[in-house]
Amino acid sequence: MDYKPVKTFNELAIKSLDDFVYGIAPYPVRAKNGMVIGGGTVYPEVNMTLPPMNIDESTMPEVRKQYAEMFEGILKRAKELYAPGVILEVELLPETTMVPKWGREIIKILLDKMKDYEAKYGLKSLVRCTPNDTREMLRPPLMRRGELLDNILLTFEKCAEDGADILSIESTGGKELHDEALVNCDIRKAIFALGVLGVRDMRFLWSNIVSIAQKTGAIPGGDTACGFANTALALAEQGMIPRIFAAVDRVATIPRSLAAFEMGAVGPDKDCGYEGPYMKAIAGVPISMEGKTAACAHLSAVGNIAACVCDMWSNESVQNVRLLSAYAPVAYTEQLIYDCRLMNEAAADGRNYALKVRDWLANSDSKLDPQAYVLRPDIVLEISRELVKEKDAFIATKKAAALAVEVIKRGVDKGEVNVAPREKKWLNIISSQIETIPDDEEKFWSEIQKEVDLTKWRPEEYDLKVTSA
Amino acid sequence: MASFEELSQAVFDGDEAQVVKLTKDLLSSGANPMEVINKGLIAGMDRVGVLFKNNEIFVPEVLMSAKAMNAGVEVVKESQQTFDMPSLGKIVLGTVKGDLHDIGKNLVGMMMESNGFTVYNLGVDIDPDKFIEAVKKYQPDIVAMSALLTTTMMNMKSTIDALAAAGLKDKVKVIIGGAPITQEFANEIGADGYAPDAASAVEVCKQLLN
Repeated sequence: MDYKPVKTFNELAIKSLDDFVYGIAPYPVRAKNGMVIGGGTVYPEVNMTLPPMNIDESTMPEVRKQYAEMFEGILKRAKELYAPGVILEVELLPETTMVPKWGREIIKILLDKMKDYEAKYGLKSLVRCTPNDTREMLRPPLMRRGELLDNILLTFEKCAEDGADILSIESTGGKELHDEALVNCDIRKAIFALGVLGVRDMRFLWSNIVSIAQKTGAIPGGDTACGFANTALALAEQGMIPRIFAAVDRVATIPRSLAAFEMGAVGPDKDCGYEGPYMKAIAGVPISMEGKTAACAHLSAVGNIAACVCDMWSNESVQNVRLLSAYAPVAYTEQLIYDCRLMNEAAADGRNYALKVRDWLANSDSKLDPQAYVLRPDIVLEISRELVKEKDAFIATKKAAALAVEVIKRGVDKGEVNVAPREKKWLNIISSQIETIPDDEEKFWSEIQKEVDLTKWRPEEYDLKVTSA
Repeated sequence: MASFEELSQAVFDGDEAQVVKLTKDLLSSGANPMEVINKGLIAGMDRVGVLFKNNEIFVPEVLMSAKAMNAGVEVVKESQQTFDMPSLGKIVLGTVKGDLHDIGKNLVGMMMESNGFTVYNLGVDIDPDKFIEAVKKYQPDIVAMSALLTTTMMNMKSTIDALAAAGLKDKVKVIIGGAPITQEFANEIGADGYAPDAASAVEVCKQLLN
């Protein structure tokens, strides 16, 4: 199979700040049932997971029951609150991906309920099917072969054949090295993990996913840097690493996440990819985002700003536990619907109102944290404009990191973003590290293979040959 | 002659070359190896630990100091015919069966090692039998388990039950952690301790072994 990109992005899809707004994407995605993502309406995307329980043959009846209850509750609340439509994301768990028939059963339960709600109440809905990237069950992982990969692809295929609308994954190629880079705040290794390993794996994986989507009529959605920059975000929130490093790492994930669209994905991009605004600016695809409504899953510094150019608004994931009002996935559905309702109402009054809401969402967060600052719409366009000039994904990754440092430094100098005193020295540390990276990918590989632990990942799975003794 | 304070400062600064030099200087001047370790190397690391606990420095800085300290320990070891590095205790660490989350567990391991514990990191997706095997092999003081999924956290209970069935539960303390884990859950499944993050995991282990 050819893993060369089928599309390249040499210029921005969104050229003006006034065209960079929530609900509208340059290339909207139309689903089979007529729902259009990025066509003017922001839709809620609800994600849910099981309460504490094991998954095996003996518990599968309870697993099915739990999912059926969650799906029913979410659709019922969406109908009761007159949602213009709703997307349900099923992030399959390792067990329900490794046994594709289980994942398929769960998606089927949802599809039947969705059909029922559309027939009875006219509620439009879509399912995003997200198998787990179980390749890392094996250490070091086999990225391009083996039963684990076969079952991921089989899950995609069977669920899509049954009617799953959108296909996505939180892929992990390069994470083996990126984890180590994060705890050591080593931007050299992070850039290699993202710009070389990550991009190569994304091209391989998404060529397969797009092929399945084309065969089945499903929509190849998009990926996320969840295993990468969201790990950085979580570590930064715990005070383990500087927020500045997490912000730079986020920007450095752009070429990797963009690789899905270069291989033919069309959006909506995955909710937990906080780099989504860059995907929208560069590739013009609609994006799903999560922020304050994902507080059920993790703390973040981007609760409002994450919404400012979203086309779907998500809660990341919430477990099926009882709250005072209802089960948690139902309560979160309600919150998402109200957030979307407000954004859509403002947009209905005219673009200026949507832009005003966008700016309130952006400005309420961007001054407080560098991770939010790099998501400010004008900053997104500024960095994106420079990145589309680069044809090579590795060079673009290095450039993205350097641009992030430069932009944050400038923001600090202008008093536009608050950076804690103990963090400031890290701007220079990261900058110095970036300067040591050569512009030639082969040369970089030749250097870095002596610095990394090659027992933790397999270079051959990324088409790399070890040349050092 | 180099001083213990200078060595402690070099560890604090994460200056590996300086730590090696000062450790060699101290030993060749006749300093007691245990004092080099305790008053120089560990003393420096203790200061780092306090700053980390107070959110004044980050993990990479802790790791640089730990690396420098370990370089000093190696110098001491090489200089002695027989030398047992003092350890606060032995810890077997792993992410439970079905769970692939690695980085939080690894951070716990790094923080434990930096604080003087001996850590046996088993990895991810660790079956109860593998924990038992490791307990028999390493005879640890503590078994530390991590889980990040609601659908794998129950495997912590399976592991504790398996330790009990193997007659090993009374021989070790068990601590657990991870996003969905609470103190209440730890009590419910019979764990001896719970830590919400890597820094407190160290404190919990110290308390359990006191």
